[in-house]
Amino acid sequence: MSAPASSGRDTDVAPDSATAIHVRGLTRTFGDVTAVDDLSFGVREGELFGLVGPDGAGKTTTLRILAGVLAPTGGDATVFGVSVARDPEAMKPRIAYMPQRFGLYADLTVRENLDFYGDLHGLPRGAERESRVERLYRFSNLDPFASRLAGKLSGGMKQKLALSCALIHRPQLLLLDEPTFGVDPISRLDLWIILQEMLTEGITILLTTSYLDEAERCDRVALLDRGRIVALDAPRALQADLDGRAFEIRASSPRAALRVLRECQGVSRAAAFGDSVHVTLNQPAESLPASLRQALDAAGAGVESIATLRPSLEDVFMERTGG
Amino acid sequence: MNFNRMLTMARKEVIQLRRDPRSLALGFLIPPLLILFFGYAITFDVENIELAVWDADQTQTSRRLVDAFVASGYFRVDRLTRYPAATNALQTGDALAILAIPRGFAGDLAAGRPAPLQLLVDGSDANTATIAIEYARGITSAFSRRATLNGREIRPAVVPASRVWYNPSLESRNMVVPGLVAVILSILAALLTALTIAREWERGTMEQLVSTPVTRLEIVTGKLLPYLAIGLFDVLLAVGIGTALFGVPFRGNLGLLVAMTFVFLLAALGFGMFLSAALKSQVLATQFAMVATYLPALLLSGFIYAIANMPRALQLATYLFPARYYVTITTAIFLKGVGIDVLWRQGLALVALAAAAIAATVAVFRKEVA
Repeated sequence: MSAPASSGRDTDVAPDSATAIHVRGLTRTFGDVTAVDDLSFGVREGELFGLVGPDGAGKTTTLRILAGVLAPTGGDATVFGVSVARDPEAMKPRIAYMPQRFGLYADLTVRENLDFYGDLHGLPRGAERESRVERLYRFSNLDPFASRLAGKLSGGMKQKLALSCALIHRPQLLLLDEPTFGVDPISRLDLWIILQEMLTEGITILLTTSYLDEAERCDRVALLDRGRIVALDAPRALQADLDGRAFEIRASSPRAALRVLRECQGVSRAAAFGDSVHVTLNQPAESLPASLRQALDAAGAGVESIATLRPSLEDVFMERTGG
Repeated sequence: MNFNRMLTMARKEVIQLRRDPRSLALGFLIPPLLILFFGYAITFDVENIELAVWDADQTQTSRRLVDAFVASGYFRVDRLTRYPAATNALQTGDALAILAIPRGFAGDLAAGRPAPLQLLVDGSDANTATIAIEYARGITSAFSRRATLNGREIRPAVVPASRVWYNPSLESRNMVVPGLVAVILSILAALLTALTIAREWERGTMEQLVSTPVTRLEIVTGKLLPYLAIGLFDVLLAVGIGTALFGVPFRGNLGLLVAMTFVFLLAALGFGMFLSAALKSQVLATQFAMVATYLPALLLSGFIYAIANMPRALQLATYLFPARYYVTITTAIFLKGVGIDVLWRQGLALVALAAAAIAATVAVFRKEVA
């Protein structure tokens, strides 16, 4: 089902020809801080894989190591069979990396940025280049802004340009760090359309996100917390694990409800959620067990309604991290 | 090393330069302005020495002596009537020297006795003081020959035949302009490139760049190329200004100057880029570049102070600065018109410094964030 919090050297995907990324015991420390702690996972070719977690979970550090712009302090990862610790340059022609912070030249135009990255990757100028740029313009709707300075674009257009520059040399692996961060909903939709299109072409995509709706679009996600994987599976499978165990309780005194639930047997986790309380049980149940109901009434919580909850990835994350 | 990727880097740098007024000004406007400004301002010639004269003799002879000082063109004479006023002028700086002519000067001269004169010189500026004393000695000895010999001729035992080569009129401007080109370019080159790599780290463009297959050497050399072109342009412009406006002779081979400038620029630009790569901060790199080039270029290059007069340790330090070799090269090519047969040592030293700067830059520049 899912990887335990500290999974050692085993990964769920065997390193074979269909593996794009294979991470084994990857560790990166910055002084006393361990940003990535003994991480192991695999990404299959053609997969959309998400690294999900709060700020400081180690998502960006992991992505930087895989992009060959940061050396690990322990463990290793292979990208298309090449070790990023030993030979970080070898896989660079085949990948594209999009940092979280806008990494293009603000004082170059849209077209100049595209050409710069096309030239760096040795994409010949001429008909092939034009058709490639044409296609990226069609996806991104950047055509009318071709001669505008990149620094003068809106946030959403900047991200679309960054993605276009990443795609200009037809990479086989896309590493995207929070590609939709700070992007308006329309542009976000555009970006996802481009990503879906790339997936149909067989490109592997590894992205980080803190948006759970985006995480749910991934084939598989790894939930990261403080540098470790707390869960790794298809989003639906992770949610299914909580099916029948999560309930939403509305009460006149949510604080009293929370206090009493946390002391009850059989409760895995209880947390305030707006003006209601979300409770997760250790075992699935048809409805909230009578013992809990009695305890709530005895504490004077003033229960108004109880409903089963369709678990979200957020609930999964909270459950796994005990948050 | 992929040549196309290097050119891609260079082309990108040119586009950015074109849109950056600050760098454009620094590269194209400041050098000719500085040459014009300093070309007029800096002179090592000692002229117009303020001389306070206290003439206690007040005779025709004493006035003739004072006239001789005026006629020399080196002195601006201020006749004072009281001795204390003269010493006061020395103290306030209104005069650099005092000529005191004692009562009885003309009488002693006429009687064939030694006629003493007093010259008081402000020695705070030792160089100027020495030169002023030499001028005064020349004027007084000519005056005393005329006074004692009364037109008769004697034949001196030793006749030194002095000829001044390369700069016969001994105009310091002829040396200042070629040296200035070297000094200004030394400072400017490092300032220009000190920004380049640090800017990419600060703006966040480096993280994206280092995730591509471009190599460190391609990044460094590609970024150097446009500034190399600017530097060469500046030197050629300076040659034009120097010869056309200041009348400095250009006796050497322009091709040789261009070739030497090329390696000099690689060394100077490379040093700035090294700072940029090592410090990763535009402010820090610029400040370091300023400190590490400005004073050495001015003081340790031999432009102002002769290297031979420096303490041994400082002399050794001068070998580290490209400015030292380039000052020698520009003055030699401008004034002496010498060729590679004379300048090959300086050329080789610059090649070594250029190679060291670029190698050090590539070594400290990591394709890695954090």
